[in-house]
Amino acid sequence: MRFRLRRRWWLSDSPITAEQHGPELRHHFATVEQQRDAASLGMWLFLATEIMFFGGMFCAYLIYRMWYFNEFAAGSRSLNLKWGTINTIVLICSSLTVALGVRAAQMGKRKLLVILLVLTIVFGFAFLGIKGIEWYDKYKEHHIPGASFNADDIVQDYPQIHIDQRHEQIYFSLYFAMTGLHALHMIIGVGIFAFLLYYAWKGRYTPGYYTPIELGGLYWHFVDIVWIYLFPLLYLIDRKPLR
Amino acid sequence: MATAAVTAEREHYLNKEYGIRSWLLTTDHKRIALLYLMSITFFFFIGGFFALLIRLELLTPAGDLVQADTYNKLFTMHGQVMVFFFLIPSIPAVLGNFLVPMMIGAKDLAFPRINLLSWYLYVIAGVLYIHCLVTGGVDTGWTFYTPFSTAFSNTNVIEAGLSIFIAGFSSILTGLNFVVTIHRMRAPGMTWSRLPLFIWAHYATSIIQLLGTPVLAITLVLVVFERVFHLGIFDPTRGGDPLLFQHLFWFYSHPAVYIMILPSMGVVAEIVPCFSRKRIFGYNAVAMSSIAIAVFGFLVWAHHMFVAGISLYSALVFSILSYLVAVPSAIKVFNWTATMYKGSITFSTPMLYAFGFIGLFTMGGLTGLFLASLGINVHVTDTYFVIAHFHYIMVGGAVMGYLGGMHFWWPKISGRMYPEWLGKFAALIVFLGFNLTFFPQFILGYMGMPRRYWQYPPEFQVLNVLSTAGSTILAVGYVLPMVYFLWSMRYGKIADDNPWGAAGLEWKTASPPPTFNFEETPEVTWEAYNYDEIPAPAEVVVER
Repeated sequence: MRFRLRRRWWLSDSPITAEQHGPELRHHFATVEQQRDAASLGMWLFLATEIMFFGGMFCAYLIYRMWYFNEFAAGSRSLNLKWGTINTIVLICSSLTVALGVRAAQMGKRKLLVILLVLTIVFGFAFLGIKGIEWYDKYKEHHIPGASFNADDIVQDYPQIHIDQRHEQIYFSLYFAMTGLHALHMIIGVGIFAFLLYYAWKGRYTPGYYTPIELGGLYWHFVDIVWIYLFPLLYLIDRKPLR
Repeated sequence: MATAAVTAEREHYLNKEYGIRSWLLTTDHKRIALLYLMSITFFFFIGGFFALLIRLELLTPAGDLVQADTYNKLFTMHGQVMVFFFLIPSIPAVLGNFLVPMMIGAKDLAFPRINLLSWYLYVIAGVLYIHCLVTGGVDTGWTFYTPFSTAFSNTNVIEAGLSIFIAGFSSILTGLNFVVTIHRMRAPGMTWSRLPLFIWAHYATSIIQLLGTPVLAITLVLVVFERVFHLGIFDPTRGGDPLLFQHLFWFYSHPAVYIMILPSMGVVAEIVPCFSRKRIFGYNAVAMSSIAIAVFGFLVWAHHMFVAGISLYSALVFSILSYLVAVPSAIKVFNWTATMYKGSITFSTPMLYAFGFIGLFTMGGLTGLFLASLGINVHVTDTYFVIAHFHYIMVGGAVMGYLGGMHFWWPKISGRMYPEWLGKFAALIVFLGFNLTFFPQFILGYMGMPRRYWQYPPEFQVLNVLSTAGSTILAVGYVLPMVYFLWSMRYGKIADDNPWGAAGLEWKTASPPPTFNFEETPEVTWEAYNYDEIPAPAEVVVER
């Protein structure tokens, strides 16, 4: 019966302090270190799959950018550089708060950890809000791919170069697919951090057990890094003024 | 060990708890393996049903049994069910789930709840796919080729795509669990060079699952986006490139073949030494060839596209790389054969399947070389030659290995022996039925019969009738094991802990194993396959 209790520790409010194993050790691991190593390796492998997942889109991006460079550069110039830059700064700040949060958890500073997690979530929402503003602008400009896609404004902006509207639509297809899936990962990240916040508030994480904070942090940093690549690839293709 | 009688009172993983909740909420890797076994068997028979309908339609040259559109749906759904809902999860999710922790001396996989989650994802994907079947099906071919799938097909492409997307996550989670378990959960003394080759094969498989499946996932997401939001990434009328789809699709789907075949090779590498009573010949070579197949497997995808319009230069490179896969595959075949040389061989049911695997896989592999060479490829591409080739690998290879493994470990899984003579009989039927079904297709393909047509010129009829006759025999061969496995669960002889006298940690615990696999964590002090130190059981395959 004691075993059953330990297997269902997630149902109880306070962490079970197992008599013989130490805190939070699940039955099939020999030591806490082994458990932590396993969880950490699992997270890194998951991030490897995420790289491959985004990799498919980066591959498509690479090919079409080479084929349709004019359209990609023109589309890139139509994005709002101000919002893009602010969003990049927001995400870098959020990564800082995450890194400090892991440190706070390691040192057992519960209040600081809670504050940093709240800040991270706020940054996450700020990013998503700004992204929403940008998407709404694109919606108003008819730059969303589909039946009502219309890039006449971009064509008129650059009379000196040939711009094929169909190829412009491919740029925006990739723009929405890549930023959309990135935003989906952000939403999941905010959900994860809300979960972590709840348990940090409850005081579950101690200097001896902070693996979830560390793993959540790894995920957050990964999503951040994806944006660090997306920002130059989508916003900064060719910002030189055209003659 | 032969006298260690199993009493009915002993607690093991099957009788520890009863009731539906104890199964649906279990985190025991052995119970999850059985959940997978039931679900993939269900899908195997659905896929097999479609296959039989296809063969019945092809009994006569005229398109008389089903409409052309229905035929398109039949081969599409046969392919998708068999590939994504049977072959990909077959050995890893059933035998791998059951055996990986036991073979390395662990109590469970590293992430038991993620393991259960992967089964639930599989079930959700399966339910979605069944819904897609009964509401009209899908007709794109299992490959979802664009622009047909994105711009022209009026069938349930979105639903099929999403369901396979979800099934992919189930596969990723299984692979992730195996890699972490193999890295972090090995018992004391279980070094990398003492790992059973089954583990090496699953390690290589898991790497492919981890790195390949996400690419299929994003490809299917883009196909779904393209249908829903009209993106145009793969649509040539909007500047997109259908070849890009094929590159992305085959980047996963060629390595996916190795997800199916590598675990079977692992099974054969366990069976052959056991029933030859010899250590495996060239352990390191066999282990490393699994890794080599996984690595090379990622570098050959464009051989599916030789006639699709890729440049001659890249076709040349991919042709050479495809030949390279033959090297590690041949290493395995030669090493199994060398293991048997001067061994004392027992012709038990698992060994018959292993023999079948080696022979059929060799034929499938060698015809793969035909297809890898550019000149012959142009002649036989999209013909029944291709169909026969990959069925020799996927059915003659992967399914034979799966059945061999099921027979080999059934005593461990169920604690009961299956009827040996019936097992041998079924193995023979499967082998004969398989060859009768698919060998004529090599000839048909070489004569020029294209795949995916529901009519054909009358001169092809004799070979098609042979093939259809074979498929009914094959069906009997597949139903038989299911029947006698079920029968044996109640009426089979009680199995010893180690009825085959096999090496490997899984045989050192009780049959069926206790919930945590071992009474105490084993400590490994011996090399793998130390058959010179293990006495052969006196009556290995004698009816008991």
